[in-house]
Amino acid sequence: MEASAGTPVQVAVERIVQRNHSDPAMLIAMLQDIQEECNYLPKDALTLLADLLQVPLTRVYSVANFYRAFSLKPRGKHLLQVCLGTACHVRGGPQILEQICRVLNVKTGDTTEDGEFTIEGVHCVGACALGPVIAADGAYYGRMTVSKVSSTLTAIQEGRAPETKQAAAGKKARA
Amino acid sequence: MMMERIAGPAALEELRKSLLAARDPQQPMIAVCSTTGCAASGAKAVYEAFQNELAAQGLDKQIALKATGCHGFCERGPIVVVYPQRIFYQRVSAQDVPELVKGVASGEVIDRLLYADPASGERIAFEEEIPFYKKQMRVLYANNGKLDPTSIEDYIALGGYSALAKALFAISPDGIIETIKRSGLRGRGGAGFPTGVKWEEARKAKADTKYVICNADEGDPGAFMDRSLLEANPHSVLEGIVIGAYAIGAHHGYIYVRNEYPLAIKHVEIAIQQAQQCGLLGTNILGSGFDFAFEISRGGGAFVCGESSALMRSVEGRVGEPRDKAVHATESGLWDKPTVLNNVKTWGSVPHIINRGADWFAGIGTERSKGTMVFSLVGKINNTGLVEVPMGITLRELVYDIGGGIPGGHAFKAIQTGGPSGGCIPQQLLDLQVDYDALTEAGSMMGSGGMIVMDERTCMVDIARYFLDFTREESCGKCNPCREGVERMYQILVDICAGKGREGDIELLQELAETVRDASLCQLGKTAPNPVLTTLRYFRDEYEAHIREKRCPAGVCRALIQYTVIVEKCTGCGVCRRNCPQEAISGEKKEVHVIDQSKCIKCGLCADLCRFDAIGVH
Repeated sequence: MEASAGTPVQVAVERIVQRNHSDPAMLIAMLQDIQEECNYLPKDALTLLADLLQVPLTRVYSVANFYRAFSLKPRGKHLLQVCLGTACHVRGGPQILEQICRVLNVKTGDTTEDGEFTIEGVHCVGACALGPVIAADGAYYGRMTVSKVSSTLTAIQEGRAPETKQAAAGKKARA
Repeated sequence: MMMERIAGPAALEELRKSLLAARDPQQPMIAVCSTTGCAASGAKAVYEAFQNELAAQGLDKQIALKATGCHGFCERGPIVVVYPQRIFYQRVSAQDVPELVKGVASGEVIDRLLYADPASGERIAFEEEIPFYKKQMRVLYANNGKLDPTSIEDYIALGGYSALAKALFAISPDGIIETIKRSGLRGRGGAGFPTGVKWEEARKAKADTKYVICNADEGDPGAFMDRSLLEANPHSVLEGIVIGAYAIGAHHGYIYVRNEYPLAIKHVEIAIQQAQQCGLLGTNILGSGFDFAFEISRGGGAFVCGESSALMRSVEGRVGEPRDKAVHATESGLWDKPTVLNNVKTWGSVPHIINRGADWFAGIGTERSKGTMVFSLVGKINNTGLVEVPMGITLRELVYDIGGGIPGGHAFKAIQTGGPSGGCIPQQLLDLQVDYDALTEAGSMMGSGGMIVMDERTCMVDIARYFLDFTREESCGKCNPCREGVERMYQILVDICAGKGREGDIELLQELAETVRDASLCQLGKTAPNPVLTTLRYFRDEYEAHIREKRCPAGVCRALIQYTVIVEKCTGCGVCRRNCPQEAISGEKKEVHVIDQSKCIKCGLCADLCRFDAIGVH
């Protein structure tokens, strides 16, 4: 959804503000809802939100800018969250992130030119048993290795479920 | 199912009896762990396969199916338990389901899906006989595998909300606080402040409005026990919160949950709705005249919001910056009103203490740390998962008896506790009895209970750099020592890891660490130097090797390592040559290959792909 399209963003923001009784205390929740609908926080939405809540735009912007969950830039079709929690770090998470960036020719935090993937390094998705792990589109791709990166990216793009743990474990046991 | 309002304690007991009477304890039931850990391993497909298979075989009336919460043994997920025998199946896949259903129907045990003891190879059928569980003591997590988290009936059938009824009708608010104080319960979020004392301060504070908050902003990397409890048994936490609110006289409360925990949020939402319908939340709870409203506040993903004063600003819809704590939150917290903020597990402990008594709880643990603690054992360990153990268990028992030791025969190096605020505890302290005070003495802290095991291939300088990178990013920037001091320490560590360390760096790090610790405003800054201080204290030789010899003993820091082909092992298969992104590897087929060090970017792909372990790191 493009911010310049105007109307759908406006409608969404108005509905979200109404649902939260125009209460500025619900600002974070409202930003989360806007991001869920728009995929990021368009500038128009923030301006309108400040107007409707009758708070300065600086307050809305400072909150949008402070919390990690919010993006002020449009994001790709698939959000790749590469876990860099401690457990994944010691099991090689950073190398996975690096390989993804190399394969997709993109920097951490950025979106690929074709708009397919946005790459984020995140602190712990809490699936430490599967580390190193990538979370994408609500699924966890676990026990990653540098060599599995390309096939995993294809799987994410095609919406294929991750390989089951048992299959992975079976392979590991045979190795 | 729409539940009816429960009029009072007697009606609650009646309901419990009728729920139990309607259940046949001998009916076979298949319980599939369906919370995040097992779901990530494919539990949903397993659950659906059971649904289809039971229907196809016409057994869906005889055999019950339930999606339950976390058993903690994430390494072995998806986990399926068959009742009433309680047979524990692990690493179940959808393909195993028809055989399992046949087994349940005929009473036969499917041997190949049982846990195999790694030492003897012997198959073990019951959870409590598996080494991972033997030394555990499950209180908070006791019912995780038995109930459907979205069913208040399940919770009530297992004795749920009886502690609330007792608190509202059989004990006074002061009596509740006295019980919590005597139990010795301390805050499970990490700092370990005595819960009863906090409640007492808030009760005594004079104000028209008071608040309670449940802190579920579990930000420590490697810790996921709060999520697990909220996903698996949300009512137990809710019950504790209502009891606490009643004790201090609060009529409004919030749970602050990470937005990254969608399933936990969903289960808490359902629990709140159900509790409202049943009259266990809202107005005139259980006919006692006590009113309490409770809402969810979703976090925005800022680590500093785990700090209580920052969290409260965030609930108010503001930037999560902490403030000076000269005035306690119990006097002036959320919207400047007296507020009690406790961690998920602290609240979850309350119903157990009310039901079983302060003496029971105080009988578990060490002199100054009572009860059980949940740890996440992760990193370089065989049995990754969540474990609930009595306070005072030794690190050795955790790592070796429960955790099953280090994979691949590697040597243990350190265990990191307390997240970015904690430190690394070395091998010589493995016999340390884990409690709040012992961990603090060792230079670390309890924190939320994350325990990350590190082996000889983990570089301790790199770990210190990793944590400072974390706190540097998460520092809110309000106070100078944390914002600038942590950044500066980070830069020094980056240099050391890059082989640019200089004489005097260690002393400078030490000095900066002490300043940041003493001068920062909140606990994030005050504890940020801990990873550096503990690694300097226990692993100084690794720092010296980096600085003086330009050598990374663990083979991690890229500027200081080289990948080379081990001549005796190389078969010349060419896999590394074909996959090297830099075309840095050359060699003829069936002949030993060579890595051109000038081209190598040390991505590690060759070592990862080589099937003959022929790539070495120096």
